[in-house]
Amino acid sequence: MDEISYAPAEGVLSLAWLLIALPAIGAAVLLLAGRRADKWGHWLGVATIGGAFALALAMFGSLAGLENKSADLHLFTMISVGDLNVEANLLFDPLSAVFCLLITGVGFLIHVYAVGYMAHDPERRKFFAYFNLFAAAMLVLVLGGNYFMTFIGWEGVGLASYLLISFWQAKPAAATAGKKAFLTNRVADVGFLLAMFTMIGALGTVDFAGVFNGAASLSTGTSLAIGLLLLAAACGKSGQFPFQTWLPDAMEGPTPVSALIHAATMVTAGVYLIARSHVIFSLNADVQTAVVIVGALTLLFGAIVGCAKDDIKRVLAWSTVSQIGYMFLAVGLGGGAFALGIIHLLAHGFFKAGLFLGSGSVMHAMNDQTDIRRFGGLWRVMPFTYATFAAGWLAIIGLFPFSGFFTKDPIIHDAFAREGWQGWVVGGAALLGAALTAFYMTRLFVLTFHGPKRWTDDVHPHESPAIMTVPLVLLGLGSLAAGGLMATSVPEWLTPVFGEPHEVHGHLSHMQVTVATTVVVVLGAGLGWLLFRGGTDEVPRAAAWPVRFARADLGGEAVNRGLFERPSRLAASASVAVDGRVVDGAVNGLSAAIGGTSRRLLVVQTGFVRSYALSILSGAVILVAALMVVVVQ
Amino acid sequence: MNELPLLSALVAVPLIGAVVVASIRRENADAARWTALAVSGLVAVIAVLVAVGFDYSAGAPWLQFTESYAWVDTWDLNLSWGVDGIALLMLLLTAGLTPIAMLAAWRDLDSVKRSVPAFFALILALEAAMIATFLASNILLFYFFFEAMLVPMYFLIGSYGTGPKKQYAAVKFFLYSLLGGLFMLVAVIGLWVHNGGVFDWQTLVEAEPMADGTLQNWLFLGFFIAFAIKAPFFPFHTWLPDAGGAAPAAVAALLVGVMDKIGTFAILRYCLPLFPEATQTFAPWIIGMSVIGVVYAAFVAIGQTDLKRLVAYTSIAHFGFIGLGIFAFTQASATGAVLYMFNHGLATGLLFIVVGFLTIRRGSAQIADYGGAAKTLPLLAGIFLFAGLASLSLPGTAPFISEFLVLFGAFTGNEPVAVVATLGIILAAAYVIWMYQRTMQGDRNPALDKVPAMQRDLTLREKALVAPLVIAILGFGFFPQPLINAVEPAVDNTLLFISGSPEDLPAAEGVTNE
Repeated sequence: MDEISYAPAEGVLSLAWLLIALPAIGAAVLLLAGRRADKWGHWLGVATIGGAFALALAMFGSLAGLENKSADLHLFTMISVGDLNVEANLLFDPLSAVFCLLITGVGFLIHVYAVGYMAHDPERRKFFAYFNLFAAAMLVLVLGGNYFMTFIGWEGVGLASYLLISFWQAKPAAATAGKKAFLTNRVADVGFLLAMFTMIGALGTVDFAGVFNGAASLSTGTSLAIGLLLLAAACGKSGQFPFQTWLPDAMEGPTPVSALIHAATMVTAGVYLIARSHVIFSLNADVQTAVVIVGALTLLFGAIVGCAKDDIKRVLAWSTVSQIGYMFLAVGLGGGAFALGIIHLLAHGFFKAGLFLGSGSVMHAMNDQTDIRRFGGLWRVMPFTYATFAAGWLAIIGLFPFSGFFTKDPIIHDAFAREGWQGWVVGGAALLGAALTAFYMTRLFVLTFHGPKRWTDDVHPHESPAIMTVPLVLLGLGSLAAGGLMATSVPEWLTPVFGEPHEVHGHLSHMQVTVATTVVVVLGAGLGWLLFRGGTDEVPRAAAWPVRFARADLGGEAVNRGLFERPSRLAASASVAVDGRVVDGAVNGLSAAIGGTSRRLLVVQTGFVRSYALSILSGAVILVAALMVVVVQ
Repeated sequence: MNELPLLSALVAVPLIGAVVVASIRRENADAARWTALAVSGLVAVIAVLVAVGFDYSAGAPWLQFTESYAWVDTWDLNLSWGVDGIALLMLLLTAGLTPIAMLAAWRDLDSVKRSVPAFFALILALEAAMIATFLASNILLFYFFFEAMLVPMYFLIGSYGTGPKKQYAAVKFFLYSLLGGLFMLVAVIGLWVHNGGVFDWQTLVEAEPMADGTLQNWLFLGFFIAFAIKAPFFPFHTWLPDAGGAAPAAVAALLVGVMDKIGTFAILRYCLPLFPEATQTFAPWIIGMSVIGVVYAAFVAIGQTDLKRLVAYTSIAHFGFIGLGIFAFTQASATGAVLYMFNHGLATGLLFIVVGFLTIRRGSAQIADYGGAAKTLPLLAGIFLFAGLASLSLPGTAPFISEFLVLFGAFTGNEPVAVVATLGIILAAAYVIWMYQRTMQGDRNPALDKVPAMQRDLTLREKALVAPLVIAILGFGFFPQPLINAVEPAVDNTLLFISGSPEDLPAAEGVTNE
């Protein structure tokens, strides 16, 4: 493998720091200015992210003209102790470039939308402060030139996510969901930290170039350890099995948060981490298999639970879990599929953001209700939302010519191309996932927009204002066109990162996969349409155990409670008891034995204590004096 | 290199200030406040002068700004002062945190009939004693101040504390520390006898090392137990939750933020260079204790129902990290441990101070008396969360750097131990986030609406005193290198004794340079 080196940043590329600084300053100003910024704060938030988008575009153009296609910007030395050197540097290369465009571009649209969505919230300024904080942290994550910098961004987005999930913190459910997200991510972060320790231990550095160039010299055990630890971190941030439960709960946050953070950008950070570390993952077939298993398992898991949910945002959340499963599957397959994972991520960023913002528009119309059993017939009253949601729906189920068709089918193809029986299993799972996705997304779409009205009496649905529908339309256009535009151009653009893509040939040809996928998607969607065009029960019916199991998130919550929450609480109360009775008990017992009675220590009079303490002090002085005399003589 | 006796001044100014403030009449509370604040401000200025004049290069003398005045010649007890990079950080922390703590407690005594001048005089006396322990380069002198500081702290807890158990807490603190001090006293005398009547630290570290064996082990234990109680390490910690729970929050900030660091500071200053073999003999046990402390204290913290006790327990978990960092004996871990001592002072100092804002307003430290409090106190809640996040070592805040260095350094020496300790960061997230949830978020406790003070967000004074801490926590979170540059030479010198090559020490200032 060629030596990996990054060219120093020049020209507009040396402004990479400004990309982060713009939203960071926005966040700082909005937080410090307080209520004074209530009138204009949201526009500042929009302006900083818009400025960052413009800069990202300029940098993107500048990068395209470079030979080496990379720009390394050294800022300062963060830590230097002995042999350990951690630099604060930023890396702008084709991979970080597409992420920057996604974060600032889709982020800008969602910021604009949120101006309207949060218009009646008294804390809108704070919302935009957190939103800007998130954008800054996410940009640190993808621009960081070493794992340490990535980790700072990694934790930063975790913090922003926590703040935004529990934004309506007076709601107990929101506070609990924020805590759950933070703690689950923290568990996975241990993997990130230990991966860094292992890297420094083995290679002496956390720098991307240093780690990648030295990776070939790693022992199998070490590369396996680093790979699995990074995978654990990635699973936590991306809501992949076994860390999936926090993501649907995160829907307690305002809907723009779900769109930006818990669909389009932050939750894809795990995919970024694996793609960025592709050198390490490609080294070890066992690690790759682990990623593939996680991806295949999660894409089915999410799709199955998605079929059983009645909350518009939760269905979308589980579909996010499932779609990121496809991305994990792709980056686990390795080789040319790395780029496929990234284009699916980008396409998903558009259509899922559009779907979430569409759901927000629906909630606006329906008094913040989220139960799809009480929707229906909305296509007539909200045409823009309806049309853009339809584009997102067709994109996610992957019908030609919508974007998912161009980005999901190749992943299914490459999954079938995996050697031996694994190819059939993994490919089959991906295909089944496509059928399930078509089913539950059609159910969601039909129950929301078509069929009879099942509204509660107090709602008077209306279309959202232009500040919300314009971003919807743009994202809808993205859902329509992004896939076709990116299908070949983006993998080519990413060649300097992942290497020349080579065609894989496996169990099924491209044509066969396309036909098979289209058939199952049409079947799934058709079934969904047939079953739900007439509406659905307004309260859930008693169902067979598989449905009940799916409604209960396939037992994920129960496992969490039984395996972590209850034992932790038990350990806490046991520790408190031990500390009071045993450890402190020993101390009090000892002092009681010395002092004659514990009453003296427990119910002492002030004067008594003073004399007691003084007597001890004088005793000590006498002891010293006595010893001195002995010694001096 | 220095004409002015700056280090003597650092001890003398707050001591004299204490006497002056104590003599102010009780009615002139404001005069006492402002005088005390001015004195502690002057101390901070002198500390900054020391930091500016300090030689940070690798080959610089270990102790700088050295001064020595004869006191009791027959005992070799001299007023000898000197500062290394580690002590410099502790000095800056003490000098910085004391005026902030004073401002935090500015109006705390308005509602109780206690003497304001005496309170501020005690804080100044405490500051003088704490600074003296960091600057002393004579072992008996160190011991003297190590014990002397118990007295002001005893009265600060016993007379100015809150809650029904303040007397119990004060006595427990005093006796427990005194007991540790007695162990140390015996060891100090033993050391003195063994080396033929020398207490001067510089002379001792340059002398022929002590023979490995039983005597060294016993002397080490004598010192270590005193420091482990002071730190405090598990299982010697149970005085701290009582003391921290009963002390006024600003005093608790000084107790946990600074005074406890004297234990770990002294381990680095005395145990490692003077008893290197014994230190290594006991290191596995101490590392075991430290890791148990990290996990155990975190669980106990999760189970607390009182805010101040909770914060005290989080600190015990943090001290486990410091112990791990010191006794892993790697450059990164030991440097991290010293940074940890400094950063923990900032973060937990801030946390205690904010908890103080809350408990004074609410009149209770019980978590159950809060709930949904962020609604009327958004800024206070924000700072509370910030302090909590710093305390759980979120990247971007200074404690993350130190925790990273400690864990990474420990990992290179002992992987399983580091892995267990790393799990401690999950528990840290749990106690902080849950504490915040129970006090600030969720359904509002209706009782809060009946407490007028709970409707008043941070005052200008409160904002002004938390601002420097917030800035320092963020600043050193992104730019920790100045701190590392300050402590690394001293840490390297200390670790030379462990690696068995103390002859590589830099020349001492004014002693061998003649």
